[in-house]
Amino acid sequence: MSGALGPFLLKRLALSLLTLWLLSVVVFFGCQVLPGDPARAILGPLADPRAVAALNEKLGSDRPPVEIYLSWMGGLITGDMGQSYAYRSPVAPFIGSALVNSLKLAATVFAIVVPLGIGAGVLAALRAGRPIDRLISVAGLSLTVIPEFVSSIALILVFAVLLRWLPLSATWPAGSGPLVQLQHLILPALPLVIVLFGYIARMTRAGMVEALSADYTRTAILKGLPWRTVLSRHVLRNALLPTITVIAAQMGYALGGLVVVESLFRYQGIGSLVLGAARAKDFAMLQAGILTVGAFFVVTTLLADIVTTLLDPRLRTGGRR
Amino acid sequence: MSEALPLTEPAPSVAREGRTRGVVGRLLRTPSFLIGITILLFWAVCAVFAPSFVPYDPYADDLLNTLQPPSAEHWFGTDQIGRDVFSRVLVGARAILTIAPLATLVGTVAGTAIGLITGYFGGWVDAIVGRLLEVMLSLPLIIVALLVLVALGPSTPTVVVVVGLVFAPLVARTVRAAVLTERHLDYVAAAAVRGESAPYIMSVEILPNIMPPIIVEGTVRLGYAIFTIASLSFLGFGVQPPTPDWGLAIAENYGVLIGGFWWTVVFDTAATASLIVGVNLAAESLQRALAE
Amino acid sequence: MTDLAVPPVLRLDDMSVSYRIRGRAVPVLSQVNLSIAKGEVYGLVGESGSGKSTVALAVQRVLPANGRLSGGRALINGRDVGALDRAALLQMRAREVAMVFQDPGRALNPSITIGRQVAEAFEILGASGHEARRRAEEMLTRVRISSPARVMERYPHQLSGGMQQRVVIAMALAKDPSLLILDEPTTGLDATIEAEILDLVDTLRREFGASILFISHNLGAIAGLCDRVGVLYAGRLVEEGPVRDLFAEPRHPYTAGLLRCLPRPGLRKDLAPLDTIPGFPPAPGSITAGCVFAPRCALADETCRTIDPPLVATGAGRVSRCHHHDRVADLPHAEPRAAAGTLAPAGTGAGTPVLELTALSKTYGSAPYAVQALRDVSLRLMPGETLGLVGESGSGKSTLAHALLGLIAPDAGGGMALDGAALAPEVRRRTAEQIKTLQIVFQNPDSALNRSHSVRRLIGRAITRLGGLSGAKREAQVTRLLESVRLTARQLSARPRQLSGGMKQRVAVARAFAGNPRLVVCDEPTSALDVSVQAAILNLLAELQAERQVAYLLISHDLGVVRYLSDWIAVLYLGRLLEVGPAARVLDGPHHPYTEALLSAAPSVSGERTGRIRLTGAIPSGVSPPAGCLFHTRCPRRIGPICDTEEPPFTADAHGHAIRCHLPRGELGRSPAPSMA
Repeated sequence: MSGALGPFLLKRLALSLLTLWLLSVVVFFGCQVLPGDPARAILGPLADPRAVAALNEKLGSDRPPVEIYLSWMGGLITGDMGQSYAYRSPVAPFIGSALVNSLKLAATVFAIVVPLGIGAGVLAALRAGRPIDRLISVAGLSLTVIPEFVSSIALILVFAVLLRWLPLSATWPAGSGPLVQLQHLILPALPLVIVLFGYIARMTRAGMVEALSADYTRTAILKGLPWRTVLSRHVLRNALLPTITVIAAQMGYALGGLVVVESLFRYQGIGSLVLGAARAKDFAMLQAGILTVGAFFVVTTLLADIVTTLLDPRLRTGGRR
Repeated sequence: MSEALPLTEPAPSVAREGRTRGVVGRLLRTPSFLIGITILLFWAVCAVFAPSFVPYDPYADDLLNTLQPPSAEHWFGTDQIGRDVFSRVLVGARAILTIAPLATLVGTVAGTAIGLITGYFGGWVDAIVGRLLEVMLSLPLIIVALLVLVALGPSTPTVVVVVGLVFAPLVARTVRAAVLTERHLDYVAAAAVRGESAPYIMSVEILPNIMPPIIVEGTVRLGYAIFTIASLSFLGFGVQPPTPDWGLAIAENYGVLIGGFWWTVVFDTAATASLIVGVNLAAESLQRALAE
Repeated sequence: MTDLAVPPVLRLDDMSVSYRIRGRAVPVLSQVNLSIAKGEVYGLVGESGSGKSTVALAVQRVLPANGRLSGGRALINGRDVGALDRAALLQMRAREVAMVFQDPGRALNPSITIGRQVAEAFEILGASGHEARRRAEEMLTRVRISSPARVMERYPHQLSGGMQQRVVIAMALAKDPSLLILDEPTTGLDATIEAEILDLVDTLRREFGASILFISHNLGAIAGLCDRVGVLYAGRLVEEGPVRDLFAEPRHPYTAGLLRCLPRPGLRKDLAPLDTIPGFPPAPGSITAGCVFAPRCALADETCRTIDPPLVATGAGRVSRCHHHDRVADLPHAEPRAAAGTLAPAGTGAGTPVLELTALSKTYGSAPYAVQALRDVSLRLMPGETLGLVGESGSGKSTLAHALLGLIAPDAGGGMALDGAALAPEVRRRTAEQIKTLQIVFQNPDSALNRSHSVRRLIGRAITRLGGLSGAKREAQVTRLLESVRLTARQLSARPRQLSGGMKQRVAVARAFAGNPRLVVCDEPTSALDVSVQAAILNLLAELQAERQVAYLLISHDLGVVRYLSDWIAVLYLGRLLEVGPAARVLDGPHHPYTEALLSAAPSVSGERTGRIRLTGAIPSGVSPPAGCLFHTRCPRRIGPICDTEEPPFTADAHGHAIRCHLPRGELGRSPAPSMA
């Protein structure tokens, strides 16, 4: 029955590609069609119509939308993301370095939040209904909804202004080693950790509570297995499987939070790039940046799905349900 | 032996009290709900009445008294152009508490409609709409909102619609899941066998049964709407100056934070955090009360 | 009976358990006493809510978090379970007590292989990894799993329900327990699989010598398996004794009522109504004075309502908790039908049938994964008659009902006709007349009644749609319908959750009858209900049929129910009709070998095990059905290669009794005792 895996992966891959394509259409629509007249949007309502027309011609936005889309897609496939209006240079190099920076920040965030969130969720489920469970649940829930800019301000005040433990700027001096880089990354990472912690903890707790009350767990207890074995062999595995998908879905949202955090800490990542492009109405840059973020999300979800499938025999072996 | 049932017997197990009364009763005994709703009510009162009782005109600058620390005269100090921070914080509730509930309403209504239709019909309708929703969800909300607001230009109605529409897929997902559970129950089949129309089945048969998750989703969304709109204002794409607004105030002033002028942002920060936490506590308590 | 030197394997001493619900302690079991001797099989019987499963949980100290042992003790091999420390408790679970639950699919860990899970039970006992696997394989063989090595590599979801339950039993027996607790081990399994599992338990009890606590609502299963039986009602043990004596001559009105409400051979809708137990079990803790059964008891008097009866000895090894245990045999029976045979037994069908299906097929999915749920089914049903449709899971009986109701579209080529007029596959293309002519009563009223609507609205809407009435006329009609299903206006404003299971099903019946239907599909109408409630619903259906000349398509896996209500019986297997005929002929024989197996799989209360025909192997999957006769893979009467290659013809005799089998009629099996005296 393991033959069910191949077709499943192919189907999943095809769906991801479809999502990516739809994504490109949506982003294109938002950046090229929705504004109506990009040059007018850039130059403002008072600009000379001739200047607007000239700019439209220069941007190539005087062509029909389908043609623009096709040439954009053609460029993308060959690695050409277009020309930035604001920087008057190709977009691609900006995206590349920004993405690397953002991934460093995101990696820091997840390295902190995943163990913390899962640990707290497991603890809360094992102590369900007790004060520690209530504390973790309410704290997680309240922290999840604190906007990053709000917690950033609080963290900056405490750690950078009052205590002076951490550097205020996320940008490290050129040529710094990984440790110094990490030191600079912690403060910007914390607001995102705060937002994600509650979500991951809650999902883990839900999965755990379900597995703990499952009949198969009762079977294991009644076999006379010690509690530790029941937990490690029967509960955790079934409980944590769904959490993987949740964590992956959150990676995309973390990238959204990056817009705020990166701009606040003046960090050259994909988020501040998108924000800068939005403020400058640099549509080519905006379009490429947003598509990158979306593509990143699609890829992480795909990977999470594949991992879940490999770990869950019900999905892996297909067969009857 | 007659077949008549002794009808005076109590019906088994379930209490007879009305469900609604039971939920409200449980809520009023939940401390976290009481805290949450008190905070929310406080800010709601500010939103409505603050302009008539704050000590200073929140728009009036005073260039002779910029960046004054908190004092008896200016309880929360003054900002970079000498406006009274206390007045601006209290009046600042108005913008967010207008936009966020409206956006939530738009998102919940649209999401419920989408979720009902995709969940009920299934098949290709579900496949196509589901795929589109997934594309929407593959972009962080804030980025989608940013994209549309750049293209259309920020204005209050645009923010309401945009935030509402980026929330719709999330609501739709919850509603669809709930509909799928209901869809397999036989009362839906019974209605179909009676020849009821699809709109009737969706609105009269299914909708009342999925109201609890919709209400919960709506309250949770309200929290996130405040989150998103405050963030957008902070980024410069939400509430526009000079309207008093917390996110906007933080964006304008956090540059001087390092100079020690903490009061220009701390109170706005606390206000935002308290409102969101309040809404969220209330939402969570409601969810628990409905689940019992 | 028990040797005093050896303590009983299980003894309950005045055991009481309560659950804390919304801050109130609700008693679930009160002062239950029982003991199970070594090697004995003890049956604990009770309806839902009687507390029978709580006994199993309390004995092993695995009550839910809100449950508490509020009094008394449970002793296993003489040791008080409540007084054991952590280590001793683990030891007891690892070595002495084993348990098998109702739903084997959920009792097995979905992400671990079968081999690993069974071996684990041996590892606890100290076996090394390799040794444990070897013994696991051996144990799987002992529960009659034919290729254990292959099964061990599999995951639970890859096994059928019957196989899963065998694996659970193997895990339970791994420790060679002195006490094996079986809690509804066959509920949810098909009848033929159930019979197989019960046989297995019966064999294993001899091989292993374990004492067994067998908890079930199924009187027949208890009768076939147990030595002694205890009857639990509202958390109290009301009667106890040797199973044969107790079932033959009950000494508690509740036991007597339970036995009498089972539809038994020889009883048919046109002869007499079934006996019922009026009312429903009390909410836990609601009866504080007198006998818990008094409100439903025909023998109850003032004493019963004020003084809680003690357990009194009523014979050899027998006790009953009844003031009037000597008068139980005098309990009045239901009156026979005034005019026996108001409903003429099935004729051979003159006139226009209310329903006619011709060559109806339904295929799900597409090749190579296509499942043919219905193959070429042709049936006819005359007005006022009942056609019982019998079959196990995957037989296509629900598909047939759904196609008929227009919920799914059958394959092109077949035909459905209602009162002689063609019936469109989709509901919206049917005429208003057809819609009101054809209605349904679903299996589970909790699912079939919209929980946010009141009874008035549930029935009222059906009357508006199907009866075309509104306003005061509608109100009047709602009241009339309620009365005809023996409910009153008091229930009008109630929501479904405020009604008992039986009342809910009555509302569902009333709704189906709102437009004066001529054909009602009854899809397992009583299988979600307790037996005492089932009888009342069956009586109601029979009376409505007699009054209104409505025809029923009765879908059921319970042959007792089918026997009581049906004029015609059709047997479906993998979507194919194997036998159709007048009810008496199908039941008496000659039968198709599959029908014969179904009949002998149904356990009877008398506990007789004569002429049992057992099927082996699982029901084949619809994706890859067997060639030739669909039944040949499990057929005990397979005659040769012809069965594997050639589908038998479906020929009817003069009475309209058709059997799809290569065997000549004369060689087919017959029932030992004809269904009609």
